[in-house]
Amino acid sequence: MSFATALRCRKCGQEYPLQPQSLCNFCLSPLEVTYDYQAMAKAVTRDKIAGGPRSMWRYRDLLPVESEAVDIGAGLTPLVKADNLGRELGLDQLYIKNDCLNPSYSFKDRAVAVAIAKAREFGLDTIACASTGNLAASAAAHAAKADMKAYVFVPADVEPGKLIGAAIYKPVLVSVNGNYDDVNRLCAEVARRYKWGFININLRPYYAEGSKTLGYEVVEQLGWRAPDCIVCPAASGLLFTRVGKALDEFSMLGLTDPVNTRLFVSQAAGSAPIANAFLAGSQHIHPVKPDTLVRSIAIGNPADGYYALRVARQSGGGAGTVTDEEAIAGVKLLAQTEGIFAEAAGGVVIGVLKKLAAAEVIKRDAVTVALITGAGPRTQEILSSVVQPITVQPNLQSLEEALGVVA
Amino acid sequence: MAKKQIMFTFPQDLITEPIIYNLSQRFKVVTNIRRADISENKGWVVLELEGDESEIERSIAWVTGKGVRVDPVVGDIVEG
Repeated sequence: MSFATALRCRKCGQEYPLQPQSLCNFCLSPLEVTYDYQAMAKAVTRDKIAGGPRSMWRYRDLLPVESEAVDIGAGLTPLVKADNLGRELGLDQLYIKNDCLNPSYSFKDRAVAVAIAKAREFGLDTIACASTGNLAASAAAHAAKADMKAYVFVPADVEPGKLIGAAIYKPVLVSVNGNYDDVNRLCAEVARRYKWGFININLRPYYAEGSKTLGYEVVEQLGWRAPDCIVCPAASGLLFTRVGKALDEFSMLGLTDPVNTRLFVSQAAGSAPIANAFLAGSQHIHPVKPDTLVRSIAIGNPADGYYALRVARQSGGGAGTVTDEEAIAGVKLLAQTEGIFAEAAGGVVIGVLKKLAAAEVIKRDAVTVALITGAGPRTQEILSSVVQPITVQPNLQSLEEALGVVA
Repeated sequence: MAKKQIMFTFPQDLITEPIIYNLSQRFKVVTNIRRADISENKGWVVLELEGDESEIERSIAWVTGKGVRVDPVVGDIVEG
């Protein structure tokens, strides 16, 4: 039995039963899962969590899932001390949370695992999403494990090679003759018409809760201590807000001391509605048309943008942006110092972290965690320039001449 | 009859125009505002449009043509 009690509107507080629904009927604001935290506090201890499964399901008591987990092994990814990168950036206590090492190579596995479990509990036999990358792969993989039908919607102009990571799990791949806005519009209509579990529409409140496990793990892996600073990529802003919620919940449940973690949003400059609003001192997010190579976080109209902005401000954190070139430089720097090959969104995190450290917004001695949320190989075409081999003839003389070495 | 929940974002030069009033006069669409924030620089309105599907679409095309950005209330659905 979970401790989830209801869906509650984040704006007006109106409550709804736990059902497939993402918006308040009154003010059309997003809904969020609420819990009986008093009962939860009696059930959850550090020892119980530490003795749980070696996956995100060790935090099951803090998630809204009643039924058997759809478990492809998501979560409990490494938190590594990044001394080499830390030296480059001037940070003595830098850690990388390497969420590239999830089963479908991104943090989306955490969120989808919860969404799909709820879809099954609600009696839905079909799930759907619109994605060209990480979400598509994760949804299709989990649907395969859950023996559910999956529909993945993509704009027709996406290169087929980008879809292999999802197509391998055999979802119904729907190529829509239109641009991103057209796909958005179609999916909103599909979600209204069909009784499907649409991962980031009617299942969104549950999808969001799965993201919390990334925050829980950081704290547990630091020895039940919340870091001083977290730098997190942001697309819809959902992960960012739920990392904040995870820290607050651990503190509220008495698992950690009161939290003073500063949370920093990082976005690509070509798609930065949240960071732009923060830096402009604005209360509201103004949608933009994304123009960036960093596709995995290119969301111009972020559903959780307003709430992400609030978390950044209330935590005493901040926001930063980098150009596509700086993002690619960040990918290379992480790979060449720590041996971790992240997608471009990881490069955005490293690029923004570099600026924050250089400006001493993040101090040298602060315990800082950079969240690397997706692996590089899915989008390696943006890095083709790194391949610059030395060409030699198949004999030692040619090799030694080319390398400038003598045996 | 169909319902559509959307967000209008107004650029500064349209802040003083009665766009939503004009929309409801010009098309057979009921406009129902749920949330809004307007300043002298920019403004957004979250509202529900109710009417025939084709009439709603025509009204959205008209308002887009006026320079208003129109987005689904659920935010962008296509994710990376």
